[in-house]
Amino acid sequence: MIGIRSYAGYVPHYRINRMTIYSAMGWLNPAIIMNAAGEKPVANYDEDSITMAVAAGIRCLQGFNPDTLDAVYFATTTAPYKERQNANIVAGALCAPEEIRSADFGGSVKAGTTALLAALELVAAGAGKNVLAGAADCRLGKAASVQEMVFGDGAAAVLVGDEDVIAAYKGSYSISVDFVDHLRGAGSRYDRQWEERWIRDLGYERLIPQAVEGLCRKYGLQVSDFTRVIYPCYYGAARKNINRKLGLDHSQVQDDLLQETGDTGAAHPLLMLARALEEASPGDRLLLIGYGNGCDALYFEVTEQIARFPDRKRMSDALARRVELDNYNKYLVWRSMVPAETGLRAEEDYITRWSLIWRNRKAILGLQGTLCRHCSTQQFPPQRVCVNPDCGAVDQMDPVYLAGKGGKIVSYTADMLAASTNPPVIYGNVDFNGGGRSMFDFTDCTLEDLKVGLPVRFSFRIKFYDPKRDTVFYFWKAVPAPEEVS
Amino acid sequence: MAGGIRDKVAILGMGCTVFGERWEDDASDLLLEAFQECLEDARIEKKDIQAAWIGSHIDEVNIGKGGLYLSNALHLPMIPVTRVENFCASGTESFRGACYAVASGAYDIVLAAGVEKLKDVGYGGLPDSPAFGQLARLITPNCTAPGLFAQLATAYSAKYGIPMAEIKKAITHISWKSHQNGAKNPRAHLRREVSEYQISESPFVAYPLGLFDCCGVSDGAAMAIVTTPEIARKLKPNQDLVKVKSLQIAVSSGEELAYHKWDGATVETTRIASKKAYAEAGINDPRKELSLIEVHDCFSITELVTMEDLHISPPGQAPRDVLEGFFDLDGQIPCQTDGGLKCFGHPIGASGLRMIYEVYNQLLQRWPEERLVKNARLGLTHNLGGIPAQNVCSICILGLD
Repeated sequence: MIGIRSYAGYVPHYRINRMTIYSAMGWLNPAIIMNAAGEKPVANYDEDSITMAVAAGIRCLQGFNPDTLDAVYFATTTAPYKERQNANIVAGALCAPEEIRSADFGGSVKAGTTALLAALELVAAGAGKNVLAGAADCRLGKAASVQEMVFGDGAAAVLVGDEDVIAAYKGSYSISVDFVDHLRGAGSRYDRQWEERWIRDLGYERLIPQAVEGLCRKYGLQVSDFTRVIYPCYYGAARKNINRKLGLDHSQVQDDLLQETGDTGAAHPLLMLARALEEASPGDRLLLIGYGNGCDALYFEVTEQIARFPDRKRMSDALARRVELDNYNKYLVWRSMVPAETGLRAEEDYITRWSLIWRNRKAILGLQGTLCRHCSTQQFPPQRVCVNPDCGAVDQMDPVYLAGKGGKIVSYTADMLAASTNPPVIYGNVDFNGGGRSMFDFTDCTLEDLKVGLPVRFSFRIKFYDPKRDTVFYFWKAVPAPEEVS
Repeated sequence: MAGGIRDKVAILGMGCTVFGERWEDDASDLLLEAFQECLEDARIEKKDIQAAWIGSHIDEVNIGKGGLYLSNALHLPMIPVTRVENFCASGTESFRGACYAVASGAYDIVLAAGVEKLKDVGYGGLPDSPAFGQLARLITPNCTAPGLFAQLATAYSAKYGIPMAEIKKAITHISWKSHQNGAKNPRAHLRREVSEYQISESPFVAYPLGLFDCCGVSDGAAMAIVTTPEIARKLKPNQDLVKVKSLQIAVSSGEELAYHKWDGATVETTRIASKKAYAEAGINDPRKELSLIEVHDCFSITELVTMEDLHISPPGQAPRDVLEGFFDLDGQIPCQTDGGLKCFGHPIGASGLRMIYEVYNQLLQRWPEERLVKNARLGLTHNLGGIPAQNVCSICILGLD
């Protein structure tokens, strides 16, 4: 049986209430009051589509050995790199082996379901046993735009395979048309859209029913056969029309999470799927729709295995972890929508040395350290001479991935002198659980959250951005995790 | 068996510029200013100098690489000139090179110089540079010196269960004392007395350190001319002689940074270097024997833990000693009698030699009454370069004979 083995959603720590945006920008476009209900997640200053996909991927792979992955697919319309495979960075951070297939999916917010389909079909073709499909987006609307109100940042990941499947893959149906409701040219940062009536009436309300009906026809099913129909569409009126057209009962329609996450682009169908799987029962039939320049429709049947799947609330958990961002200007600065002065210290120029990064890629991407065979001391960065002064063995090291180990705080500070768009910069020494130590930036926290001895987990983040060469450098940071027991 | 450097080298003369924002001066002007004072004090001529060492830290905005800058600035007569760099210990490292050159018998009269031109950086604090290599730059936090040293406070508080408010009181007193001393010193960068209230309420730089917990970033140069005690006695008959009793350097092994034994509340290199220095100098009880000390108070918290790391205050007792005035100018071991890095300023390459300059002049009882340590016999200088988790510590002990 081929299907879904695991899933997870990721929502960044910060949420901005849409009224906060309206209060700041409503003077320019009063009509955005129509979209001002609820809140939207905002990627932290050190997050982007890659880091969010990694966060979802880590959660999704919990309890699975990354060595068993045969492919890693990454879907986004906001890829940090046009050339340099983004999926490889995600795979590296997930500690996947290097002998895998990887691919970036993009060009449409439908890319998330297309990546999932490709993953399922790879396994179905017998080309591999386990594939992770991750999707994330961090789309920008101009200040005071409807898109700014509606778009949220988020990620989701789905592990597909042919063993212990919690939802069996039963089939798909796709439509691909050059229907342009939203677009971004190769050099554009901000989403552009055509008239909303056109998007609703000709887009969502026609293409989604067409995909659902197409799939039902293909597999000889009725819409009423589905326990849940999961489709993204952030127009309330259009959703009502789609539900009426398809004859969907209220209980069959998966909530679109608009109030909590907004439209998270390529990630959104997978995020909604993760939410649906939290509550699904064996035998449930799920119909998942990806929408954007056409539609993907995927049909799943939930298995008995789901009862044995641990920690199922993998979307609700992500939603529960939140801190309000009550400052619209901070959002603008973090997304580089306004130039902000961070001082001359911020202008120091550091070229990224790719040959150095290649040599140290496993340490940088996977937080891979070494474990001394002689004295069992973990150490980071990787060492050839054991750092334990009572050992000192040479070349007696095995690799050890430290990202999943977590640790605890040895010392910390909050620094106002270091250049940052999110001051103060918080960092400190951290002991890895199981031994060894390194100093890390801390993120998603305030000084008040910290104390010596507190558990932390590690999170893959943007370490710095070099604007001169348009280069993002990623590394791991520590996030206080008081709930975790070391 | 090597016997160390005790009593093998004497200081013939020293010079030190006014430290501060020397906007009108290049590093060469600073070097010349210190050199003229140094030559006059040593009562020799330029041609008598047989070799020279120069210490500087920041390449990017300073004197570049190698010994050429010093040789060119003073137009030294094509003698060997060696530039040394060992973080904030660079000045003491320069002095150490010169002393070893004399002690080895290779040369009779040697110059040790240190200089740093920091105020051309363009922003406050030390310039950001990949000081620990390229990989470290990629994986080390976005940190600055105050934040790296501030962590001593959070770890110290946790280790001894001393509330941060108590630690803040002690480090406030440390900065207050240095301002008291600096105000009396015409060569100091910061020459204003400040109240403990001003210090403790100053804007926060890196928790729990405020602005007044951080030392001045300054321009300056300092120099020494060293020789053998025999030559010194010949050149300066019937005068007190300041001799080198010990010179020690300890460099982190990487264990504090990557192993998990260190608790973050000490500086291990200081503990080791000071023990070796006391043994070399023949000191049994530093708390009783030392007359004065100049320590690396880059931040007030550094000075606090240094008092324990130098084995002067018992573990966990430095705050009590500090608050009881043990290290005040009229205390048992006056510390930072010239204002320290805090107020004299911190042109990195010059700082070690500036400390030696202060101890040298105190031992010779050259300072005015108001800031003189009477009957000083034995003085210690201490530099700490790098960060608490990986650093270079230098200790120099000078004695009067």
